[in-house]
Amino acid sequence: MSVDVMIRHGLERITLDVRFTLGPGLTALLGPSGAGKTRTLDVIAGLLHPSEGRVVIDGDVLTDTSQRLDVPPHRRRIGYVFQDSRLFPHLTVRQNLGFSRWFTRDPKAGIAFDDVVRLLDLEPVLTRHPARLSGGERRRVALGRALLSHPRLLLLDEPLGSVEAAKRQEILPYLDRLIADLRLPMIYVTHDWDEVRGRAAHVVLIEDGRTRNGAI
Amino acid sequence: MSPELSIVLLSVKVALVATIASMPAAVVVALILARRQFWGRSVLNAIVHLPLVMPPVVTGYLLLTTFGTRGPVGAFLEQAFGLVVAFRWTGAALAAAVMGFPLMVRAIRLAIEQVDPDLEAAARSLGASPLWTTCAVTLPLALPGILSGMMLAFAKALGEFGATITFVSNIPGETRTLALAIYTLTQTPGSDAAIWRLLSLSIGVSFTALLASEALARRMERRRR
Repeated sequence: MSVDVMIRHGLERITLDVRFTLGPGLTALLGPSGAGKTRTLDVIAGLLHPSEGRVVIDGDVLTDTSQRLDVPPHRRRIGYVFQDSRLFPHLTVRQNLGFSRWFTRDPKAGIAFDDVVRLLDLEPVLTRHPARLSGGERRRVALGRALLSHPRLLLLDEPLGSVEAAKRQEILPYLDRLIADLRLPMIYVTHDWDEVRGRAAHVVLIEDGRTRNGAI
Repeated sequence: MSPELSIVLLSVKVALVATIASMPAAVVVALILARRQFWGRSVLNAIVHLPLVMPPVVTGYLLLTTFGTRGPVGAFLEQAFGLVVAFRWTGAALAAAVMGFPLMVRAIRLAIEQVDPDLEAAARSLGASPLWTTCAVTLPLALPGILSGMMLAFAKALGEFGATITFVSNIPGETRTLALAIYTLTQTPGSDAAIWRLLSLSIGVSFTALLASEALARRMERRRR
């Protein structure tokens, strides 16, 4: 799978020139804060509209400003686990997880609800509202919710960010399980090399809005 | 039925119909004002707020010229649907709806503006179209504001006087709501006792409505925890 992102975002005077190819498994997008990592994900997901540029995934052109083409986010089939989880506060965990079942064309394709619940150990919290979850639980729900939208690509924005080191065990083993069990391409954004060491199949360095491709 | 009770029932009917019928339109206008950037947005905003700043008599007169049997809209409604609002209780509801509309739109708009756009973005990334996002995320999160807007509009409708009396006059049993009935009594010597009966009923209805909306809001807050 190839992701080709070349954008100039005029309004914020940011130039992102990001090109990288994704393999199966985890691609780490590594760089210091402010380098343009989250913006790159937002552009790939279609939530940020570049003033100039292209996003192509597997030959599927999602954004091309020269052709005035911009596939709306809900038709991109890209799962996005936001840094701040963004769970719907008015819905229970079960309803949050099932949110996409109304829009998924073929709900039977892809991973099943029960498998996600089991994989992420969410059974005990299914009836709770997000306000009554711990930070780690919240991230796991966000992860499960994105998986259940049956994406072809999963974006993870600092899934361990602002989680204390001791609590990272609430998330890390689950991530490893997902990487092993699901053959789903993922982009993992982080500024911490240690998080992705041994997990990432590819590493893309991003600095000042530019990428330097590298392999391990 | 005692005359006082039928007046109260008429007033509540007029105010309820006005509030419920204008709610969908208020939600749409509030959504447009809160979430869309377009040319003429401030003009739309000003038009919505006009009934709040114009003298109610002016609003009533404008309604009469538009929705009266000889008015353009009124004539059309009568020919097409056999619906007459002038000098009917439905007209009183229309007047009350127009007068309460700015209050309802304002409350709903503020509530929608409080909804985190990031949550809407999350819904989009999960496959929800803009319409689905509005129905499944934005509006449920704005529900307390929608209810308080309806409450405000209901209160306004219950006390509406100027536009109602101008548009649909003061017809006993048809358009004589609480406020109009009390006004009529004040013009009649020796009706102090009747005035006080209606006054206490009026206060009672308003008080009950306030308590009910407060209880409803608190229940919704609790459900979210």
